[in-house]
Amino acid sequence: MADQQFEPKIVGFLCRWCSYTGADLAGTSRMQYPPTLTGIRVMCSGRVDPTFVVKALKEGADGVLIAGCHPGDCHYSEGNYKAMRRHPMLANLLEQFGIERGRVRLEWISASEGELFAEVVTDFTEQLQELGPLNWNQRIEADCETV
Amino acid sequence: MISLTIDGQVVEVEDGSTVLQAARKLEIQIPTLCTHKALLPYGACRVCLVEIEGSRGSWLETSCTFPAQEGLVVNTTSDRVLRTRKIVLELMLARCPEVEVVKELAAEMGLEDTRFPKKGEDCILCGLCVRVCGEKMNAGAVHFVNRGTGKAVEPPYDRHSAVCMACGACEVVCPTGCVDLSKITTHQPRPIPSEFDEGLSSRGSIYVPFAQAVPNTPVIDKDTCIRLLNGDCGACQAFCEADAIDYDQEDTIEEVDVGAVIVATGFKLFDSKLINRYGYGKFDNVLSAMEFERISHASGPTLGKVIMKDGRSPQAVAILHCIGSRDENYHEHCSRVCCMYSLKFAHLVKEKTDAEVYNLYIDMRAFGKGYEEFYKRVLGEGVHFIRGKAADVTDVSETPEEKGKLIVVAEDTLLGVTRRLPVDMVILSGALTPSPDSADVGRVFSLGCSQGGFFLERHPKLAPVDSMSDGIFLAGACQGPKDIPDSVAQGAAAAAGALSLIDKGKVVIEPITAEIIEDRCAGCQLCIANCPYAAIEYDKEKNISVVTEELCKGCGTCVAGCPSGAAHQKNFEDEQIFSEIEGILTGSEV
Amino acid sequence: MAKPKVAFYWCASCGGCEETIVDLAEDILGVVEAVDIALWPVAIDMKRKDVEAWEPGDVAVAFINGAVRLSEQKEWVELLREKCSLVIAFGSCAHMGGIPGLANATNREEIFANKYHRSPTVANPDGIVPQEQTNVDGYDLELPTFWKDVKPLNEVIDVDYYLPGCPPPFDLVATAVGAILEGKLPPKGSVIAPEKALCDTCERNDTKPDEMTITEFKRTATSTPDPEKCFLADGFLCMGPATRSGCGERCINGNMPCRGCFGPTPDAIDPGLKLLAAIASRGEADSEEDAKALADSLVDPLGTYYRFGLPASMLKRSADTERAQT
Repeated sequence: MADQQFEPKIVGFLCRWCSYTGADLAGTSRMQYPPTLTGIRVMCSGRVDPTFVVKALKEGADGVLIAGCHPGDCHYSEGNYKAMRRHPMLANLLEQFGIERGRVRLEWISASEGELFAEVVTDFTEQLQELGPLNWNQRIEADCETV
Repeated sequence: MISLTIDGQVVEVEDGSTVLQAARKLEIQIPTLCTHKALLPYGACRVCLVEIEGSRGSWLETSCTFPAQEGLVVNTTSDRVLRTRKIVLELMLARCPEVEVVKELAAEMGLEDTRFPKKGEDCILCGLCVRVCGEKMNAGAVHFVNRGTGKAVEPPYDRHSAVCMACGACEVVCPTGCVDLSKITTHQPRPIPSEFDEGLSSRGSIYVPFAQAVPNTPVIDKDTCIRLLNGDCGACQAFCEADAIDYDQEDTIEEVDVGAVIVATGFKLFDSKLINRYGYGKFDNVLSAMEFERISHASGPTLGKVIMKDGRSPQAVAILHCIGSRDENYHEHCSRVCCMYSLKFAHLVKEKTDAEVYNLYIDMRAFGKGYEEFYKRVLGEGVHFIRGKAADVTDVSETPEEKGKLIVVAEDTLLGVTRRLPVDMVILSGALTPSPDSADVGRVFSLGCSQGGFFLERHPKLAPVDSMSDGIFLAGACQGPKDIPDSVAQGAAAAAGALSLIDKGKVVIEPITAEIIEDRCAGCQLCIANCPYAAIEYDKEKNISVVTEELCKGCGTCVAGCPSGAAHQKNFEDEQIFSEIEGILTGSEV
Repeated sequence: MAKPKVAFYWCASCGGCEETIVDLAEDILGVVEAVDIALWPVAIDMKRKDVEAWEPGDVAVAFINGAVRLSEQKEWVELLREKCSLVIAFGSCAHMGGIPGLANATNREEIFANKYHRSPTVANPDGIVPQEQTNVDGYDLELPTFWKDVKPLNEVIDVDYYLPGCPPPFDLVATAVGAILEGKLPPKGSVIAPEKALCDTCERNDTKPDEMTITEFKRTATSTPDPEKCFLADGFLCMGPATRSGCGERCINGNMPCRGCFGPTPDAIDPGLKLLAAIASRGEADSEEDAKALADSLVDPLGTYYRFGLPASMLKRSADTERAQT
């Protein structure tokens, strides 16, 4: 299997108004990008609770993408700013736990940016390939003893 | 009440009235030069003479000062009156032969010239300036000096007066226009610029903002009105017959309950000063589009004459398109209306002057109904079109032809050459930009902004009039640059949208609203500011935060940001998302 | 009727929980009147064989404080589980792992390396590390196994109730004991504390501004909080909004922000992540750089959010426990 490239699993939290539509556009425009990301539609990137991100990582995702409208363009005015402020705080916390910052990514993708969506997924996939599998249990729970 | 007879007509007036007032009540014209409604009668000019008939013969009186009395008989057109008035005017014409108001009045009396030696003065010594300054402004900065032939109006000791507030009332009341404020005051006289005329003309402290203002009512400028500043003046009150002027009126905040709101807050014209190289604010004859709009308008400061600052008619005019728009350094958007108004300007300049007109454009965008046709018409009028954005406006001439001109430098991209156009006037067709306070307005109405900063419509094609908040509609340039027909259409659509919403009597809300479980909420209030719709309120009595479901749009930001998990998003619960995550990752190696 | 018997036991803890009972002073006589203390290592000399001799159900309640890290602790708590009708996890350590649980931020090897080699106060030229099996003077000795991680009590044995706090305040203990004596027991697995977060009872909650914004995180070590103002509004990270009330605001009254010893409210999946989301939302940062700067101003986020609950946190608990809980 050495020659087979590791295919990361990415969970994407996509805001319903911009990024989810952007992802749709990437599809309808027949853009090519790795089939690594599965999107979960949320109403707003501000709805993305950090527990969702940790949950996804614990359940086997190698990376999590949070994508919302560009700052200033949020359908709900400023939900994306909340996402923007949470992201580094979560990344700092996860880093202290030994999870690389590069595994949780925040992007602004508008409804018209199908191409950007494809680029982001491609780039994120490559980034995760470099980081390798997350293996949450082995990494985080390796030190746990089963009783 | 007193009753008296003037020219055979009986009139009743109030006690304390003058004969002049009684005559005016009968609409009998008596010429005056020194009366002013707001000032006390003075009798300086003597042109208002009338003949009073008494039991022992008749005599002449100045009607502006003579009190009306019971049974008085007055004649305003007797030979004696007319003869004497003519002499008075002849003497006045001798003193001030070039003063327009005197010349007119003299001509009315059939006087062509004066028999007396002419003195060439321009002050008729009516004393209006002296009285307004003393009576109304309580300043007394000017007064009569000397007597007889040496009589004149001057500040004390003929020195610039420090008590003068430079209010300009003397200038305003002077019938001959001979007051030069700069010779009176130690202050810098500052005319109040007219906002509507883009500062190209001045206005009074009480003014109607512009001709079609709604409501068409005068307003008092608190910052310049002497009455409101220090309690003096109050002259306007004397003129208002409806007695509608109330200096004690305060600004009030009206609260109105409404079912829908139409936001139509418009745009701001790009401030061309931001681009130094076009010389706006530096050269007199570099104008913004709005300034030219006023200049070219029949009711504008030049009464529609296209003239330069020095009053000359321009020989060549350059109109520069896309100032601040389609420009990565300022605004990337196309302002849509500039091409067409630039064509209109070109047409107006051609119509009103013999000037050569140059349009410097990036692309001509004549997209609307009849617009292309208008473009062709303007082309046919001999307007020059140069494809290329102007690079620079300078007054540094390189050739004798350029001397004293403004030189517009631009690359003509069709010819592939750099051109220097010597012109007299430059009009900058500035971008339509979002109002500077649009972020604040947006916050009040929970409106988002699109990339350029204009308010974001719900959907660019399917809901171009709705905002993201139900019941709040957008109309006009606040949503994006647009011309008058488009603004009218959007305004009408917004009105219809608002009406249909109100008419329905009920609103439909999203089923994914947030909910705060009362028993679990600790009232930490961290969610409240998270809500862009102000849908969460703090119930002080219960010490909990409460979601007003009707206002909630279901973004779920408060749910994610609830530290105790008391907030839920209905039909979009954490558990549902967790299940989705588990579903997606089923079979993953962890 | 014989008085019901109670047992106290301690695992990985500081002894502070025992202090709660010792702090009763003369009031302990009242307790002794109501119950018989069958086991209390801090005060009564009892051996394991004495406890082994009990019949199951002999003892009504076991109050166990401290987290579990040693095999010996496991044996003890299993023994008490067998012999006692009810097991109550007493205090933050038994409840969520507590301060000893912060050890889970690192691993056993690192801890031993620090303790026996790297620490500047250690002189250990031979590099001796305690071994589970040793022979001293011909005797085979056994030390308990030092586990790879610290566990809250419920990951080792079945726990009936939780009494949170570091240490649990006595009024809460009294309520719990009263409920047990009267047989008015809440559903099994309950945390015996109010369900609302601390802001509910915090006096400073009224001082929260309408629109709170956090520009940077201050530390109590380097600046003093305004004694009248909501800590969060003052820029100090306070766990109050994500932590159960019932503690009597002991820290708040001492002008210290809440540190979270009472654990999360019942609906919060993870107090650290929930509070992170809440306060980040109120951060004042309109660009990604500003947001990063704000995040970086919080020193040691892990230790701050999970001072008392790392082993029970979403990050450390197993995915299976996780599923069971949600």
